[in-house]
Amino acid sequence: MDFLRPGSWEEALAAKAEHPTAVPIAGGTDVMVEINFDHRRPEYLLDLNRIGDLYAWEVGEDSVRLGASVPYTKIMEHLRAELPGLALASHTVASPQIRNRGGVGGNLGTASPAGDAHPALLAAGAEVEAESVRGSRRIPIDDFYTGVKRNALAADELIRAVHIKKADGPQQFSKVGTRNAMVIAVCAFGLALHPSSRTVRTGIGSAAPTPVRARTAEEFLNAALEEGGFWDNGKIITPSVAKEFAQLCAAACNPIDDVRGTADYRRHAVGIMARRTLTWTWESYRGTAAHTEGVA
Amino acid sequence: MRVNFTVNGRPQEADDVWEGESLLYVLRERLGLPGAKNACEQGECGSCTVRLDGVPVCSCLVAAGQVEGREVVTVEGLAEYARQRDAGCRSGSCGTSLDEAQRWAAHGTDSQTGEGTQLSPVQQAFIDAGAVQCGFCTPGLLVAADEMLERNPTPTDEDIREALSGNLCRCTGYETIMNAVRLAAARQSEAV
Repeated sequence: MDFLRPGSWEEALAAKAEHPTAVPIAGGTDVMVEINFDHRRPEYLLDLNRIGDLYAWEVGEDSVRLGASVPYTKIMEHLRAELPGLALASHTVASPQIRNRGGVGGNLGTASPAGDAHPALLAAGAEVEAESVRGSRRIPIDDFYTGVKRNALAADELIRAVHIKKADGPQQFSKVGTRNAMVIAVCAFGLALHPSSRTVRTGIGSAAPTPVRARTAEEFLNAALEEGGFWDNGKIITPSVAKEFAQLCAAACNPIDDVRGTADYRRHAVGIMARRTLTWTWESYRGTAAHTEGVA
Repeated sequence: MRVNFTVNGRPQEADDVWEGESLLYVLRERLGLPGAKNACEQGECGSCTVRLDGVPVCSCLVAAGQVEGREVVTVEGLAEYARQRDAGCRSGSCGTSLDEAQRWAAHGTDSQTGEGTQLSPVQQAFIDAGAVQCGFCTPGLLVAADEMLERNPTPTDEDIREALSGNLCRCTGYETIMNAVRLAAARQSEAV
């Protein structure tokens, strides 16, 4: 094994081009587990800890450019207002020690269906900035996950940053596990209200081969909210609408039975989380929206 | 490969390090610092917790090569680290030498454990509150608890639980550990 220690982003890209089998390591919270357990013996480890740019973030007009290695702890501390869904999801990642090291770039690189950041990214809307010596490109998050622990990156590409839309409305994240810390999601659900476009986006984790959106459920809800004038009148969501939305979210799952839970349980739990997160976000929207009807 | 880094305030050099080796292995097997414990090797248990550039991390998940040029504090250097934090380090002789760190032990010249040996406040509180049973989780908990008290001198019970949520203990049921951290916090606020 060789340990490659690039001092700059350009050096890292050159190293990855020269050794496409090199495994990037930043927080190490996935890679080192595999090495410690002898599940993986990469020819090259490509250490990204020396590249300061990966630990920086910029809050822009419409989106946040989040460096690939910004640890979850920093997201929780500094980006709660701009990225509430991702901040909530970050808080459910493992333990303080892990959150101090791990970041969204690693979650995307590993592309496990159980990664905690994915539902939040899908719900908020995001693009992955991937780069190689050939150039840079932005991969829409909807096209990024291609299979179980597979993603759209080419062999010579590295993740530099993630561009995440700034919240324009309430966002929520919910996760099922056996305890509050150190839990790999049995299943997870992210939901974001986008009042500016009058749409709702969702993200489901750990209930299909890849993280997915519940598109049919989103379309149903968007139409129902529009039809009922909910965005303007700020009325409480009709229980039948919430119920139908929950059922459609459950139907968007394609889960398996495994040690953490059964497929049936996952489908059921995703439905429950969909209804709850919708209620939470909608109540928050009703509380803050600039509507006057029925407000004292 | 060779790795140069600072441990407990003093520069160290580890040789013949395998590229896939963890920081934990380097500390225990190459530098003779067995304080950080090796248990799950997957970041679940927190017994290998050390501070890397001040931040608590699982040393089993840090590749040795990643610590080149960086600063690590282990439980062996915790007492000195806490002392310097209180005093504010002004002289150039800060830190614990490798030799001292290797010889560090929580047994004193007196009958009671801890007496006669320099301990950090959080270490003393663990002893006084009876928070140590088999002791395997203790080093990780000490490092995590000490860091929390540095950041947050008046923690709520919720803050303590959150800060220690990455450290497993199978003996105590955690109540005595909670007591120890509350005790350390109370003593810390009295001292100020």
